Amino acid sequence: MKNYLNETRGLSSWIFTLDHKRIGIMYLCIILFFFLVGGVFGLLVRLELLRPNNWLMSSQTYNEMFTLHGVIMIFLFVIPIIPSALGNFFVPLLIGARDVAFPRLNLFSVWLFGAGVLVVIASFSHPIDTGWTFYTPYSARTAAAVTILVGGIFLMGMSTILTALNFIVTIHRLRAPGMTWFRLPLFIWGIYATSIINIIATPVVGMTFILLVAERIFGIGFFDPAKGGDPLLFQHFFWFYSHPAVYVMILPAMGIISEIIPVFSRKPIFGYKAIAYSSLAIAFSGFLVWGHHMFVAGMSNAADIFFSFFTFSVAVPTGIKVFNWIATMYKGSIHLDTPMIYALTFIFSFIIGGLTGPFLGALATDVPLHDTYFVVAHFHYTMMGGTVMGLFAGLHYWYPKMTGKMLNEKTAKVAWALVFVGFFVTFFNMFILGMRGMPRRWATYPPRFQTEHIISTVGSWILAAGIVIMFYNFIRCLKKGEKAPPNPWGGRTLEWQVPSPPPTENFSEIPVITDWPYSYPKREE
Amino acid sequence: MNNVPMAFGAASHVATEVDNVFIFILVITAFFFVTTQGALIYFVIKYRHRKGQPDMATSSVITNRFLEGIWIGVPSLAVAAIFFYGYTVWENMRTVPKNAEEINVTARQWLYQFQYPDGRKSINEVRVPVGQAVKFNLTSADVLHGFYLPAFRIKQDAVPGRYTYVWLRAANPGSYDIFCTQYCGVGHSQMRAKLIVMPRAQYQQWYRQETASAEKVLPLADEGKAVVQRLGCLACHSTDGSVKVGPTWKNLYGSRVLLESGKTVTADDNYIRTKILDPAATTVKGFPKVMPTFKGIIKNNEITAVIAYIKSLK
Ligand code: HEC
Ligand SMILES: [Cu+2]
Repeated sequence: MKNYLNETRGLSSWIFTLDHKRIGIMYLCIILFFFLVGGVFGLLVRLELLRPNNWLMSSQTYNEMFTLHGVIMIFLFVIPIIPSALGNFFVPLLIGARDVAFPRLNLFSVWLFGAGVLVVIASFSHPIDTGWTFYTPYSARTAAAVTILVGGIFLMGMSTILTALNFIVTIHRLRAPGMTWFRLPLFIWGIYATSIINIIATPVVGMTFILLVAERIFGIGFFDPAKGGDPLLFQHFFWFYSHPAVYVMILPAMGIISEIIPVFSRKPIFGYKAIAYSSLAIAFSGFLVWGHHMFVAGMSNAADIFFSFFTFSVAVPTGIKVFNWIATMYKGSIHLDTPMIYALTFIFSFIIGGLTGPFLGALATDVPLHDTYFVVAHFHYTMMGGTVMGLFAGLHYWYPKMTGKMLNEKTAKVAWALVFVGFFVTFFNMFILGMRGMPRRWATYPPRFQTEHIISTVGSWILAAGIVIMFYNFIRCLKKGEKAPPNPWGGRTLEWQVPSPPPTENFSEIPVITDWPYSYPKREE
Repeated sequence: MNNVPMAFGAASHVATEVDNVFIFILVITAFFFVTTQGALIYFVIKYRHRKGQPDMATSSVITNRFLEGIWIGVPSLAVAAIFFYGYTVWENMRTVPKNAEEINVTARQWLYQFQYPDGRKSINEVRVPVGQAVKFNLTSADVLHGFYLPAFRIKQDAVPGRYTYVWLRAANPGSYDIFCTQYCGVGHSQMRAKLIVMPRAQYQQWYRQETASAEKVLPLADEGKAVVQRLGCLACHSTDGSVKVGPTWKNLYGSRVLLESGKTVTADDNYIRTKILDPAATTVKGFPKVMPTFKGIIKNNEITAVIAYIKSLK
């Protein structure tokens, strides 16, 4: 049977494709590759910290390693992966459209992204050593290739903005007849909220990078106190983008979880509207809290109080989602297939990531914990335990649809067990390290912190083993996997109503929607 | 020494208060942790699909106003309480006691330089007496640094071109770590200093000896006096309360200044610094805009000295 994979062949049929599915797959391959690269840098960082004193690499090399780990993971992986890869593939399918609103723009976006990636790679000639936050004045002075690197990220940012625009128009204009806003799958709500953030916030980081480059090349002095500039201004600009970017990273993953939990519980999602609105509420209030990264940076006391207060207002809509997912499982008929296990892992670790937030949002406790391993642990619990687990859930859930093959369930579960254990061993005791006062971004450390570091490093090996097995499974099953039926999990959203893999035009006839996608029947007791 | 939760021993009253906030948050979050994870695990076990059962849920409830009200209301109250408690303790952390001794700290790649009121300097080691409130005025000579005293639960970035501060009152004699938490380049993790807390009498003896045996350095305030004489500030400013072209400096430091714009500001380190470098930025009400800028003329450490001098004019 003809499908989007075998309809046409050859490299150029991919590079010049206008098919949102192929574009999604291209994003997926590039981005997952960089996930592995970023992971290798992370492993090297952990390996160095096995011992307190530069036993493996110099401090300079270490600084480059942790910066590359951060930059790659944030800008080349966590931010783009779900919207650009899975979003491109599934947004049109989930709303009953044949493609996104502007397929050519979509192709242009993936090219821009590719160009950005090449530029970022070029910067590795003088590996950047500023940390992924590029704080001035250091970033304005270092000899590393900061200008090139932020240039690359700038291009990727443009690609993000265009993709976001494309999704917003698509979701507004191309919904199938009868697909009202409140019949949209929640994944779409997640992507929609994300796209809004991307359009508002990404230009700000773009401008910030332009200022930084101007500072480096022309020495203008926006951020240089000797010339009347202000180093804190950079932090304000940077976090004005990068705090909302945290929600860019998490909202789409939350969307995936909202799809998977009902399917594997055979039960309608609980509190649909609350989940949809809370995505928008998070997107909105996410813009009011950037200063919580700067409580000890030298802002005025009044600003500290303001930002602390609003930070707590984000906690509530986030909590609502978690409660609603759990309530969805109540009296369900729960199936523990791999996608569901990852979704449960998401909830489990995201609760820990979320509940450690108040320690950092409260002024008194943030002062000692800021810039220590407590923060490192906290954001790995939300980003890795949250977004990445959500991504793994989504990849296992949609793999049959994207490839037409089933994954090997046994291998997938072995991989999950290693990922789960490895993740907790690596990151949990970082909370303790932070409470004991270990600063982040340290290449060397007093020996009293070594025990925790050894545990973390061993954990990182377990985690890596799990991920290797998972990718082995992904690659092997492309050929060896059983053929996937159109709807292996019993999902009710539209992508499951078409063959696996879907034909190029998605739907031979545009479906007419009469119900929301979560209407699972109830069994009378 | 190793008391939970911050696991490295609280070295001051403020540190204990911070730990109490930590415990408070821990208790609240533990409640949410247990209820949510408990429900999650319980539901997975209880409602797991079993072979031979019809594969359908036994409920199709999709909303429940009451429940949703509870899980909006209860967390809202909880976070409000956390915010408020965290804020009150932090207020103490930011409010320096009146009688605090001041020590100037200049962070630079990759060391901390301390300067005592008598003008003496030391590197990577600073001594304070037990029970005495000490304020550290921080600034940086190059990039950002993070002045962090884990045992005292205090931390503040040192920013070039700006003054920030922390204060502490040590409860026990001992030697405590000072770290750098703001990434600052190759030597970042080696940027460690020591705070040595001494019994009061011993400290005073040590201080007198050091002052006497140190090479003749001017106390900071005296150095500042020399600077203002050299730069001609005293043509326009008096130190005895009389008004010349500009306002007097007597009792200026820490007072509230009414500006032409109608706002009032506190005359603190940053205010004086800006006044010297960029006098047009603000104007004191009732005075002409004639003060010249000293940018490019006055050095950074001289500004610090001038501030110390103005402070001494009580
Ligand atoms: C030509 C006269 C002149 C000279 C020289 C001068 N100032 Fe001033 N200064 C003024 C005037 C007039 C004001 C009040 C108007 C204003 O705020 O600009 C003032 C305000 C100030 C204030 C704020 C006082 C307040 O009550 O808030 C400070 C601090 C200050 N000057 C410090 C200095 C220092 C330090 C120097 C030398 C390095 C200096 N000034 C040299 C004229 C002068
Ligand atoms: Cu430093």
